[in-house]
Amino acid sequence: MDNTDSVAVKEACARFDFDPKRLLDILWQVQDVNRCVDANALTDIAQATGLPRVSVDGVASFYHFYSSRPKGRFAIYLCDDIVDRQHGFNDLLAVLRDELGIAPGQITADGLFSVDLTPCIGLCDQPPGLLVNQYIAGSLTPAKLRRLLQDLKKDSHPGSSFTQGGEGQNGNSLIQTRLKNNIRRRGAILGSGQLTESGLQNASELSSFEILETLRASGLRGRGGAGYPVWQKLDTAFRQITADKVVICNADEGEPGTFKDRVLLTEQPDLVFEGMTIAARATGASQGILYLRAEYRYLEAWLEERLAQRRAEGLLGSHICGTEGFNFDIRIQRGAGAYICGEESALIRSCEGGRGEPTSRPPYPAIQGYKGLPTTVNNVETFCCIARIFEIGATAFARLGTPQSTGTKLFSVSGDCRKPGVYEFPFGLTVRELLNHCQADDAAAVVVGGPSGQIIGRNEFDRRLCFEDLATAGAFVVFNSTRNILEIVRAYIQFFVDESCGYCTPCRVGNVFLLERMDKIIAGKGETTDIDYLRQLADTIIETSRCGLGHTSPRPILSTLANFPLVYAALLKAPNAGSQPGFDIQKALDEARHLAHRGSTLYDRDYSGGVS
Amino acid sequence: MSETLASTFTIQVDGQTVTVQAGQSIMEACDAAGIYIPRLCDCEGLVPQGSCRVCCVDINGRIQAACTQPAAPGQVIGNETPTLNAHRRTLVEMLFHEGNHLCPICEASGRCELQAMAYRLGITQASPYPYLQPVRPVDASHPDIALDNNRCILCGRCIRASRDIDQKHVFDYVGRGIHKRIGVSAARLAETDASLEDEAIARGTCPVGCILRKREGFDTPVGQRLFDRRPIDLDNAVQHHIPTQAVPAHIESDPP
Ligand SMILES: Cc1cc2nc3c(=O)[nH]c(=O)nc-3n(C[C@H](O)[C@H](O)[C@H](O)COP(=O)(O)O)c2cc1C
Ligand code: SF4
Ligand code: SF4
Ligand code: SF4
Repeated sequence: MDNTDSVAVKEACARFDFDPKRLLDILWQVQDVNRCVDANALTDIAQATGLPRVSVDGVASFYHFYSSRPKGRFAIYLCDDIVDRQHGFNDLLAVLRDELGIAPGQITADGLFSVDLTPCIGLCDQPPGLLVNQYIAGSLTPAKLRRLLQDLKKDSHPGSSFTQGGEGQNGNSLIQTRLKNNIRRRGAILGSGQLTESGLQNASELSSFEILETLRASGLRGRGGAGYPVWQKLDTAFRQITADKVVICNADEGEPGTFKDRVLLTEQPDLVFEGMTIAARATGASQGILYLRAEYRYLEAWLEERLAQRRAEGLLGSHICGTEGFNFDIRIQRGAGAYICGEESALIRSCEGGRGEPTSRPPYPAIQGYKGLPTTVNNVETFCCIARIFEIGATAFARLGTPQSTGTKLFSVSGDCRKPGVYEFPFGLTVRELLNHCQADDAAAVVVGGPSGQIIGRNEFDRRLCFEDLATAGAFVVFNSTRNILEIVRAYIQFFVDESCGYCTPCRVGNVFLLERMDKIIAGKGETTDIDYLRQLADTIIETSRCGLGHTSPRPILSTLANFPLVYAALLKAPNAGSQPGFDIQKALDEARHLAHRGSTLYDRDYSGGVS
Repeated sequence: MSETLASTFTIQVDGQTVTVQAGQSIMEACDAAGIYIPRLCDCEGLVPQGSCRVCCVDINGRIQAACTQPAAPGQVIGNETPTLNAHRRTLVEMLFHEGNHLCPICEASGRCELQAMAYRLGITQASPYPYLQPVRPVDASHPDIALDNNRCILCGRCIRASRDIDQKHVFDYVGRGIHKRIGVSAARLAETDASLEDEAIARGTCPVGCILRKREGFDTPVGQRLFDRRPIDLDNAVQHHIPTQAVPAHIESDPP
């Protein structure tokens, strides 16, 4: 290895005190400087941190944004979410091929550019989007992309037409984007004007017990998907008698089709931090972590500045709001590209520098989480709700929404509609109402809650968006009648194949089987027996998987089988009389060919390589 | 609360009453009571990890892994039910199709837990699933040990034995999802400090024919091996991992 590479590794380890728990940060710095984490870096990091080399390898190879082979000086990650694919993705891919002469997975001969694909980067309301190093851009056109490539070649950074002119704080010199917020409707969370910090002021004068009681009275349920009562989780942590506790904000926002947490972190970071501080007051935590998905690293400087400001104002640190013994601070943990790290126990492991694999419960994180301490994990929006509750009062909050789903909800609306963006509504509005607001004139299908939610058709548009009926973390992706439902389903199953952590058999292998059968059906080779095959497989995956990813991954198939049966029926043939069901001569020949080469190009992208 | 803290309590397993010592997992309680729950990644003496999911049981209507789920008072558990065994068959078929398993030419045939589990669950004909045919490297660099990743089922028994018993940490998982594999703590096995004395390398730790002790392969002829003679069950599935007992030889010496 190059000596300078080795120096970079040593510097990275030293910067984080050779702490194995900061392995993600160490790997990031090595990746940024050396543009890869290669075999020598693994050895050096292992030596410096005292970790077994294979464990460093295990972590580096787990995350999407660390690579064993060098990336370009400008590492382009093109978002290949289904919405992007339907809105200009192919044109961008053509430009990249044309201008750089490379396809995804490749690097230019001069090492200047690499191109890779990446799942939803949180810009579904302004597609198509991409990441390049720490920059992000949406609403791209071929012309804009050409311009971006020229800027990078000429000046080594994107020009002002990419880094300035963003809406609201997006144009802030610490954020440097041209992104839009697309806030279409404001309510209790987005709409209360200038922040007064009165929520925190009020809470600082209350005891833990009183804070928990207020949250209970508000009826607040988590906004990250599961809808667990917020007071209950905090109460569990509060009851633990330990030296310290931890409050974590889940800003992993990995569900394709969601982006409202991005907008909250852009426009209301103080509200998020205020909510975290109140939660810390409730449980008695002194440590806070904001787990920020790597795709949002462009927000880091902005968020760090807000944290510094809060420390200066006495809203973080010691004796918060002048209250004796109220001590709390927050650090930002950058993820490294793994949807599963949104699952709270995987997120905690990731914060500890490990592979983002969920852990077995019990113990529950609220009893034993980050570094063994009682840890509560909540969604970005949940913390905003907490702050507002202590500002407007539990009763006013509970008056909004429905009995089991109090307050307002932020919806991330995208796809085939004229007004995509963030909509804040009290819980309980119907799908049809939201479709009208976003001006989706020809909606044929809506993905509610993202791939792990439901794909519904027109006969379900009167259902209500709330925990009592259609529960959702906020993704709301509209597809019009020209879209191919099965292609959407296929894209989502592919997403789960790519994002399964691989810990347990049914999810690791079963999703690959689902994908194979969807391909067969889409190719027009499906048989009626394939439906039972899919259902049975889905049943085993859902029933025996270890975490929420496997419990929900077959849903795109199951919900479309229920809501769009004709789409499948149109493509399926009865099994050929006389021939064995499932037998496909072409496939059998292909298999023989693969076997002869000992390789299956379809499913084994890099089985022979190391880190992907 | 006081009931859960009592030192013993009972649960129901397939209609049978089982006495549990507080702190036991469902698997441990059933093992002690002589009730076999099928398993592949779990192994006595190693911390359970709940990854193969073959030990899935029905606990008051919810399916959970018996090896990691604590037993709790009043649990009504289904184990040998048609539904669970159907799930287990699917899981075992997944493991077969995920790797490259050609039993007739495999050195582990007859003492392989995956093969034995397939027989136990009645997998006698081809399954409907596709073969994934991965390209996985064989590492024969070590003078005494070979690693044929084609047959690895990612049970992690070698990882835990090496880390917790041998204190060497020769193995760990690398990669993610379907690309997840077993890695070794160097470029190849020969450069690690793995040795035949390791518990991780002891026969029976690896349930399949992935970790191979060179020159010992065909010491017992195929056809006369443990699972050739009797189905996998409680008596012969549980390995005893005690640090001082380097090579548990009891498998082959079992009376016919
Ligand atoms: C695969 C998977 C991904 C998840 N991703 C997220 C996420 O990106 N953001 C989030 O807030 N919660 C996510 N969750 C839910 C978290 O596990 C957890 O329930 C949530 O952060 C709790 O916060 P809440 O109670 O405020 O909703 C995910 C869960 C699973 C199973
Ligand atoms: S269900 Fe999937 S994501 Fe969850 S632990 Fe199992 S393999 Fe990992
Ligand atoms: S490891 Fe077991 S299942 Fe695999 S080929 Fe060998 S005997 Fe067969
Ligand atoms: S090598 Fe053997 S013991 Fe290790 S994970 Fe693979 S199958 Fe299990």
